[in-house]
Amino acid sequence: MKRFLFPAASLALLGVALAQPAPAPAASPTLRRLALPPETGTYRPGPGAALANALCLNCHSVEYCQSQPPLPEKYWDATVKKMKEKFGATLPPEAIAPLTQYLVEAYGKKP
Amino acid sequence: MEPPLSRRRFLQQSALAAAALVGTSRAEEVELPFANGARRLVAFPGKRPLLVLTHRPPQLETPFAVFNEGLLTPNDAFFVRYHLSGIPTEIDPATFRLEVSGLVKTPLSLSLAELRQMEPVEVTAVNQCSGNSRGYFNPRVNGGQLGHGAMGNARWKGVRLKDVLAKAGPAEGARQVVCNGLDAPVVPATPDFVKALEIDHALDGEILLAYEMNGEELPWLNGYPLRLVVPGYFGTYWIKHLSQLSVVGETYAGFWMASGYRIPATPGGCAEPGAAPGKTLPISQFKIRSFLTSLSEGAQVASGRDTLLRGIAFDSGAGLTEVQVSTDGGRHWEAAALGQDLGKYSFREWTLPWKPGAPGPAQIKCRAFNRIGETQPLEPLWNPQGYQRNAVEAVNLQIS
Repeated sequence: MKRFLFPAASLALLGVALAQPAPAPAASPTLRRLALPPETGTYRPGPGAALANALCLNCHSVEYCQSQPPLPEKYWDATVKKMKEKFGATLPPEAIAPLTQYLVEAYGKKP
Repeated sequence: MEPPLSRRRFLQQSALAAAALVGTSRAEEVELPFANGARRLVAFPGKRPLLVLTHRPPQLETPFAVFNEGLLTPNDAFFVRYHLSGIPTEIDPATFRLEVSGLVKTPLSLSLAELRQMEPVEVTAVNQCSGNSRGYFNPRVNGGQLGHGAMGNARWKGVRLKDVLAKAGPAEGARQVVCNGLDAPVVPATPDFVKALEIDHALDGEILLAYEMNGEELPWLNGYPLRLVVPGYFGTYWIKHLSQLSVVGETYAGFWMASGYRIPATPGGCAEPGAAPGKTLPISQFKIRSFLTSLSEGAQVASGRDTLLRGIAFDSGAGLTEVQVSTDGGRHWEAAALGQDLGKYSFREWTLPWKPGAPGPAQIKCRAFNRIGETQPLEPLWNPQGYQRNAVEAVNLQIS
């Protein structure tokens, strides 16, 4: 059963129901707030999905991967490196290869 | 053990659950006509349900049918594009300030009230994402996989950037104006989204700092309470939640100018797929475009019945002169009538009466022309970033 549960999504949904943000003390009467709708997706199940959920969702939602066309390993390798080198993502060096492999398997074009 | 949910079904159920909890969004899905083109329709704050490209940061595309409802895109349907997930979630309009600094004689810190005391200016202008229509690139390219809905036309009201800069007084050697908004990266190592405008452009009087859109305050997701409006230029320069202007004496070298949003330095900004990357330039002005809006792909029309074809066209402000329409897949072209002129940066309506012929398939195409001789290529141009598509688009119909 466990693999069909989506923890981040469930938490996001629960968050809406349970977490009422405490009013800031002496908030300005003119202060405005934005409440965004909850995300409902995490990475597709498969070996390495936990890695993607832990590392990629820190900065962006899952659609960044799932809306891409099915592209080969070269593309996903370049994407992961771009996230680390150009966008400063905190990806441990040892995570790069398994993360790339997972993305190719889950979202890429199989050879 | 229950059978595994398909991803689609999971998303639908989750969205329904979310809708039930927050009582706002309704879950529907549309399919854009390219691989992995399924997009959920979700209502974000201040927005009707729009196509979700990404939830975080929000990237929302306008359903294309909206462009047939009027020349001004309603605020709640206007597309949304952020780069960084640290979008502002709290803004106090009473304490909000626009800081003007750098190579200026008098640094400024302007409140919204002070900006509203300056001479107001209005312009109707199209904003379009650099990557609008990227999903149609062939071969496909990396980036936000957008249909044609990352564009919109609005009546913007605000103050001239030129007037704000004049108050500060650019000093000798001013070369660019560096523009930053309240959005921020999640991790400090990610380059902040900052853009630069050439000083001559910044002082030409065309660029606004807008606080209203279509007669209302800016929607939050379109840059409340203040955004740059850079008529004729791609949306990447239209900084949202604008909070800092800095006049500099060199060419700004930040990531989003020096590495991001660059096009090949070739005529038409195009390249051969697979070719080694050559010299590049910052993306700048729109290429001329036109669309059929009154009929969508696969629509049925009645043989012999008078039908009014309608659509929109726009360019970078050079001035549209003509829109031609073909109802036979590009063999013959006829001039359409141009509608009301809302200004050189606006969408312009075109119409053409048509009596569909014998039953069977038909293909509608349209192409716009402007005063400086620009038109749209019949075959798409390609570049590795998927920017500035402006090919003649075809809509296939069935005459019955």
